Amino acid sequence: MGPVNYPGNNNELIKISGLEVHFAARTGFISSLISKNSSLVRAVDGVDFNLRRGEILCLAGESGSGKTTTGKAILRLVEPTGGEVIFDGENVLQFNRSRLRKFRQDAQIIFQDPYESLNPRQTVFSTVAEPLEVNHLCSSMEEKEERVAEALKDAGLSNPGEIFIRYPHELSGGQRQRLAIASALVLKPDFIVADEPVSMLDLSIRAGILKLMVDLRDKKGICYLFITHDLSLAWLVSDRIAIMYLGKIVEVGTADAVIKSPLHPYTRALVSVIPVPKKISLAGRTLLKGETPDPVNIPPGCRFHPRCPEAAERCRDEEPLYREVSPNHFGACHFI
Amino acid sequence: MRLLEVNNLTTYYKLKEGYVRACENISLNLDKGEALGLVGESASGKTTAALSLVKLLPENAHVMDGSIRLGGREISGATEEELRTIRWKEISIIFQGAMNALNPVRRVGDQIVEALRIHEKMSEKEACRRTAELFDKVEIDQERVREYPHEFSGGMRQRVMIAMAIACNPKVVIGDEPTTALDVMVQAQVLQLLEELRREWQMGMILITHDLSVVGETCDRVAVMYAGKIVEAGPTEKVFEQPAHPYTRALISAFPNIEGERYLASSIPGNPPNLLNPPSGCRFHERCQEVIAPCKTDDPASTELSSGHLASCHLLKRKVKL
Repeated sequence: MGPVNYPGNNNELIKISGLEVHFAARTGFISSLISKNSSLVRAVDGVDFNLRRGEILCLAGESGSGKTTTGKAILRLVEPTGGEVIFDGENVLQFNRSRLRKFRQDAQIIFQDPYESLNPRQTVFSTVAEPLEVNHLCSSMEEKEERVAEALKDAGLSNPGEIFIRYPHELSGGQRQRLAIASALVLKPDFIVADEPVSMLDLSIRAGILKLMVDLRDKKGICYLFITHDLSLAWLVSDRIAIMYLGKIVEVGTADAVIKSPLHPYTRALVSVIPVPKKISLAGRTLLKGETPDPVNIPPGCRFHPRCPEAAERCRDEEPLYREVSPNHFGACHFI
Repeated sequence: MRLLEVNNLTTYYKLKEGYVRACENISLNLDKGEALGLVGESASGKTTAALSLVKLLPENAHVMDGSIRLGGREISGATEEELRTIRWKEISIIFQGAMNALNPVRRVGDQIVEALRIHEKMSEKEACRRTAELFDKVEIDQERVREYPHEFSGGMRQRVMIAMAIACNPKVVIGDEPTTALDVMVQAQVLQLLEELRREWQMGMILITHDLSVVGETCDRVAVMYAGKIVEAGPTEKVFEQPAHPYTRALISAFPNIEGERYLASSIPGNPPNLLNPPSGCRFHERCQEVIAPCKTDDPASTELSSGHLASCHLLKRKVKL
C-alpha cells in the first residue's frame, strides 16, 4: 500500500473554532472552605481546525496537552465551555438531546484500551448490536444479525457465526480493538475520533489495525481525528498533523511538512526525539527541560516559552498569533 | 571474567493445566559498563527471564534449570538469605510503573533512606545525606525528599525509582520497561540519565523493553525474545542493519521509520503461541513467512553469523552450509 493521501473531495465535514473546555480545579475540602475562588483548569484553550470528508487528521502532543479532551469535546462527551463545532453545517453545541443522539450515530469514538472499553459480560454479538438496539435501527432480528455480521466483517473479524458468541476475554488484544471498531462501524458513521487506538497493542499487531482504519477511510470515506502521542505513527497514517501544547494548537500542516520541516520550536524538539530503530546516539537531540506545566497555571505570553530553547523577551508577554506561514502550513510562534 | 554470565536459564510457571514454559534456555552475557537490551512483545518471557536472575518471581514460578554466574560466583542455587544480600547491592531493578512501585503513604526520601539503612546498614544521618546526593544525581531538587509520590510527575517518579535502584552501588541494574509509561520527551530525558549513570559508574545494565528504538538509543548489544526463547542476539548495529531471524526482520520493518519511506508495513499474521503448549520445532514457524519443512519439527540450533551475532533459524544453517 502506498502513501495514504486520500484523493477525495475537498468538502469540509467539521469546522472547529475557538473550542474551549475549562474545568473548575478540584480543591481539597479544607481549602474550599477557606477560599471561595477556585482555580480553572484550561484543558482546551481556544482550538481551531477543520476536517474534510475522508481525511485523517492526527492530533499529537504529550500527555496533558488536551488532545483527548478536544476529541471528547467535539462529540460533547465533555461539554465545551466555549467556541463552535460545526458538523455538516450545523452547530453541535446547540443540539438538543434528540438531535445529539442522532449526531452520535454519525460521529463515533474508539478508545485506547480495548481491555477496559468493552463490557466483559457482553458477547461479541450483543456488543456490536447494542448501538443498533439503543437507536431502534433494526426492525427484525435478521436485519440486526446482518448488520452486525457486516460490521464485524468490515472490521476484519470474519467468520461471524463462530465469533458471535465469544466474550471479550476470549479474544486477543488486536481482536478486541477490531471489535471496538466494529461497534463504532455498525452505525455507519462519517466521523470517528480514534483516541490512541493502537498504543496498547504490540508492534506486530498494530499495523493490521492501522491498515484497517485507513482501508475504511478509502472505501467508506470515513473521516478520522486520530489522537496520538507518537509522531512517527502520526506521520505514517495521517494526511495532516496538528501539534497541541497546553490546550492550544501550535502547528498544523501536511504530515510530511510537519515532520520533515517543522516550524515551531516545540515541534522541532518533538521531531528530534522521534525514536528510530537503529543505533544512534542521544547527542544532537533537542531535549526540553522539565515537563508540560499544569494547565491551571498557564504561562503568560507564549505558553511554551519557559521550556523553549529559543525564547526571547517578547515571548514572555506577547502571545504569538496563529498564522499561515507557508501554504497550508500554520504555526504560532513569533520567530517563524 | 564476565560480570554476569547466564546459561540455559529455564523458568516455568505452574498452572492447574500444566506448565507455562515462559522462558527456556536463555543464555546471556553482560560485561562491566555494558548495556544489553532484551526486546520482545508482551508475554515473550523477557521480564520472567530477568526476574529469574534474582528470583523475584511469583510463587508458582519454578526456575527449572540454568546457571547464573555473577562475577564468577554461581548464584542460581542461592538461598533466600543470600539472595537478600545480592538484591539491591549487586543486582537492582527499576520497575515498570513507578506509581505502583512507590509506597503512596510514605515520603519519597524516607523510602530511599529505609532501603539504605537495611542494605548498607547506614546510620539515619548518613542515609539522609546519601539520599540527598542521589537526588542530585538523578536531577531532582533536594528539597523534594520530603514530598509524597503523588506530588511527583510520572517522569520524576521514574527518576526516584532510578535513584533507589542505584542507591547501593549495584554492579548490575535491570530496567524493566523503565520508560514505557512516559511521554517521548520525558522518555528521552530518562534514557539519557540512565546512559550517563551507566558510563559514570560502570554498571552493567539489562534493559527490558518492547520498544526497539529504546534499545537503539542506549544498548551496546541486543537479544530478541520470542515465545520464551532468544531468537537472535548480537551487537545492536549488526542486529538492526542485518537482522538474521525472520521475526527480528518483521519487528524492525513494523517500526515506523521517519527517515524511510512512508508506508504501512504488513503486520505479522496470527498471534504468539500459548506457552502451555508451545508449537513443535521453531516456536515462530506458525507465523513465519519463510517457513520450511524442518521448522515444524526441529528446534533450530543457534548459528553464529559473525563475532557475537547469533540467531536460531533453520534457514541460516542452509545458507552457512551452502
